[in-house]
Parts: sequence; structure tokens; C-alpha cells
Amino acid sequence: MGHSRGVPGPRGQSDKGDRKGHDAMAPESHPYRDVVVAGVFNTAQARRLPGHTSASITVEAVHGALADAGLGLDDVDGVSAADLSARLIHDLRLGPAWRGTQYGLGMIAEAALAISAGMCDVAVVASGEAGIHTDRAATAPWTRPENEFVIPWGLFTAAEFALVARRHMIEYGTTEDQMATVAATIRNNGHANPEAVYHGRGPYTPADIRASRPIAEPFHLLDCAMTSEGGCALVLTRADRARDLRATPVYLLGMAADSYGPAYQHPPAYDLAGRTARDADDRAGTVGRRAADRAFRTARLGRTDVDVLELYDPFSFEVIRQLEAFGFCAPGEGGPFVADGHIAPDGKYPATTDGGLMSYSHAGSNPQMLQRAIRAVQQVRGTCASTQIPGARVALASAGGSGALFNQVALFGTERP
Amino acid sequence: MLEPQTGVPLNPVTPLTAPFWDGCAEGELRYQRCTACGTANFTPTDLCRGCTSRELEWRVSAGLGTVYSWTVVHRPVTPSFTTPYAVAIVDLDEGYRMLTNLIGVEADAVREGMRVRVDLHGVGGERVLPYFRPQFP
Ligand SMILES: [Zn+2]
Repeated sequence: MGHSRGVPGPRGQSDKGDRKGHDAMAPESHPYRDVVVAGVFNTAQARRLPGHTSASITVEAVHGALADAGLGLDDVDGVSAADLSARLIHDLRLGPAWRGTQYGLGMIAEAALAISAGMCDVAVVASGEAGIHTDRAATAPWTRPENEFVIPWGLFTAAEFALVARRHMIEYGTTEDQMATVAATIRNNGHANPEAVYHGRGPYTPADIRASRPIAEPFHLLDCAMTSEGGCALVLTRADRARDLRATPVYLLGMAADSYGPAYQHPPAYDLAGRTARDADDRAGTVGRRAADRAFRTARLGRTDVDVLELYDPFSFEVIRQLEAFGFCAPGEGGPFVADGHIAPDGKYPATTDGGLMSYSHAGSNPQMLQRAIRAVQQVRGTCASTQIPGARVALASAGGSGALFNQVALFGTERP
Repeated sequence: MLEPQTGVPLNPVTPLTAPFWDGCAEGELRYQRCTACGTANFTPTDLCRGCTSRELEWRVSAGLGTVYSWTVVHRPVTPSFTTPYAVAIVDLDEGYRMLTNLIGVEADAVREGMRVRVDLHGVGGERVLPYFRPQFP
């Protein structure tokens, strides 16, 4: 997949960013240009973290991210930590403080907007889960179906995403081999990553993926994310404080999110469409399409400006789906696109370079959605211990997926937008 | 051959959903039709998903439909499920869609667009679940 890296294309040029129907304007002044991501940190990640609670591992992540930024708890006046926000404000004695309410990548955009709007100056965005996964006989406990119209049918995360993947196979001829290529690529990134839970477990070929035991067809065990524990945090602050900071400041260039409804309550039908669908490709199977268009518009960037894709990888298929939904290839072309090596570390769009949810960590329900963003920040800083993409200046991170009826997209870079 | 489950986890019935489950126990597959716009609604709702009207009436479905998507599960969500089982989305002829399990068919013989009919089975307690099997076995 030889191609030249580190030669930036002309900025702001649209390639696939101007698909029809996108009539909203980019904001006049960039919403996050006065905000920087100043610190990031992942705690140790493991299948289990004995002795830790969700709060203790989250606080460890907060300390780590503040140290990375060169700041301390005394500097913090904003906290976003999902259901731990209020407790951390109280127990770390951070009040009075701004309190975030979002989840996943939305936490980062919400904190950046709060700083832009003058609601706080230094916000920690943190999440951690530990001591929760005690029921080892069961699959991902945070995504169990919870209503009477899904639970008796044995629906769970892998089956949800499999129902979407099956439609993609029917409509476009996507193959298990193409999905296995995704899993092998990402797992090999984790194999090379000393911080990954499954460091050294590879290398894998697509045939190895397909030889693993079936879970929910078309997915085999190695097509699926793991379950694990861990914490992570980011620190955001005003750009004019950058001289106080230790690390290269990173900017949030754009962020947007799409939802088609509650996760794990309705069958995830590929063709579920809303009343504002612009065309046949506006449906739950392409969730994230609108979000990506909007994130790129805010960033004033095109797809070819992106150097690395930290795609959320709950299942191999979901990477194929997001490449299409986000406009890196046309609908239906995701399978051949990955088979051609585009997402390999030396490909045009290296993907999920730390090993992702499959091999790095799938920490709880919320932390793992932030970890794609942390890796994106590390990539544009140029500080990744493994699979650093040379000259990476713009990185995309995503979270959520079709089986859960939502998708979030964020763009990070070192150039002030 | 895929078979019905026994002893699957069940969530409580609510006043909104009771007519559906009562129907299953009486051998009927029920759904809500909006008298304002004609939309067939499922799962049970207090607002029409077509027009937001509250004018919903319970109807009995013919129980015939086609397979929209499916997955054969080999690793169950909890040990109370016997594998393999086939989770499917079925499009009912009345114009609504439901999640179900397919039975009476070999796991590798399921196809997109396959015609299926409802097949009600008790799964323990008083709950009767609507499974679907090939319409023309
Ligand atoms: Zn109606």
C-alpha cells in the first residue's frame, strides 16, 4: 500500500465533504478554536483490575491526565465523568464546578463548548470502570437488552450488530473475509502495542479470525471486542493557557453525533429511517453519516486531510460500515476498501492503531468510547509507543455504532482551526 | 432444526403491553393500528409513530411475513438460552416489523426474504412467545 505520508494536501479542500443535501453552514467562528486538549491519560487496562473501583480508577486517570497537562486538581473547575461527575466534584472538593452531562465523545465537545462559553477554564473529562464484570458466564453486561420485546429473543450486542452486518452482506455482497481483514489488522496493532490487554497475542491472519469459534453469525470470537476494565481522562483548557502546559496542545477541530433512538430496545434494522431522510442512504445502517459531514464542515476539512482513523471497533463489520458512513468510500465499497489494505498501518487511512476495543481495551461502557479520542490525540502529538503514523496531523475518532443506533465523530489536530 | 426455547428471561408485562401478551396467550398476534393515519405500530406505544396521534386500536395480524435479517447465535447472552438459536427481524404483511426467533428450519437454510408464519409457544410461566417458522415447510 505504498503511498507518501507526511505530505499534507491542501487544507480546507472538500473531496467527499459536499455530498448533496448538506445545506447548513459551517459556523462563522470556529466553536472550539480557543480551547485545547492539554492532557490525556489511560490507566493500566486489564480484563480485571483487582482492588479498584470505578471511582478509584477514574481518579487515577484524572491525576494522570492533569500531570500530562502540567496542571493539578487546584486548577480544575469543570468535571464531566458520566454518572460519577457529581461524586468527583464532591469527593475531590472541586466545587463550585461546571458539571458535564454528556457521554462518549460528546463529553469532549460539551466540555470544549463550556470553556468557549466561559462556564469554566479547566475541565477534566474522565471515565473508568472496574469491579463490575463479575458475571463471567454472560456477555457484555452493560448492553443487555432490557425490554420484553428483545430480552426473550436472546438479543445481545453481538447479535444486534450481526443483524446490521447481515443486511450489508445481502445488499452489497460484503464477505466474512473482508470483516476478518479488519479484525486481523486491528488485532495486529494491539499485538504490537505494549499497553494493550492482548499485547503479543498475534500476529493474526484473516484465516485465524475466521477459524475462531462462531458467536453470532457472521461474527466469530475474534471479530468481537473484548470486555475489560480501566480508566481514562482528558484535560481541556483555554488555548491562551497553552504556555503553562507540558504537552503539545491539540485542538478539537469538529464533533457531531447522530442517534436513531434508544440503544438495545428496538431491532437494529438497517433501513430504519427518520422523517428527514435526504436519500436512500440516510438510515440507521449509515448512522454517523450526517455527524461526519457536520464534523468535517466545522473543521473545514475534507476526508483526504485525515491522516489516521481511530475508528470505534466493537465488531469488525462496524469499521467497514463507518468507512462508508463517514464518506471515506462509497456505500457498499467498504469491504473491498479494507481488503485492499487501506486501513493497514501503511495504508491511506490507518485505523484503530492501538488495537482498539478488540485488543487494546474495551473498558466498561463509557471509558472505551473516550479511548478512541485519546489515541487520536496521541497520534497527532506523535507520541504513540507503537504504530505511530509518521507526520499525522489530523486524526478522526468515533464511538457508538449501528447496533446501538448512535454514532459520534470527532476530529483532532495540532493546527489551530 | 431450530427449536423454541424453554425458560428464557422475561421482563414484566406493563399495562401498555398487556393486550399484546394476552393476545399471544389466546392464540392471536396483535398490533396497534392508528385510526388517524393507518400506520401499523409495533412495539406497543401510546403515540402513533406515523403521526403522533393517540387514536390506536388493537388489531389481529395474519401472522405472515418475510425475513428481513437474521443471525444464528452460538454463544448465548446468558446460559438460559440453548444454542444455536436464530434471532430475526421479520416484516409482517400488515406493514410492521418485529424481533423474533426462527424455528422449524435448519440454521444454515435461513434466507433473506423467506416467507414465515407465526408459531406461538409457551416458554414457562404464563408467557406465550410468538416464534416464526417457514410458511411452507
Ligand atoms: Zn397515525
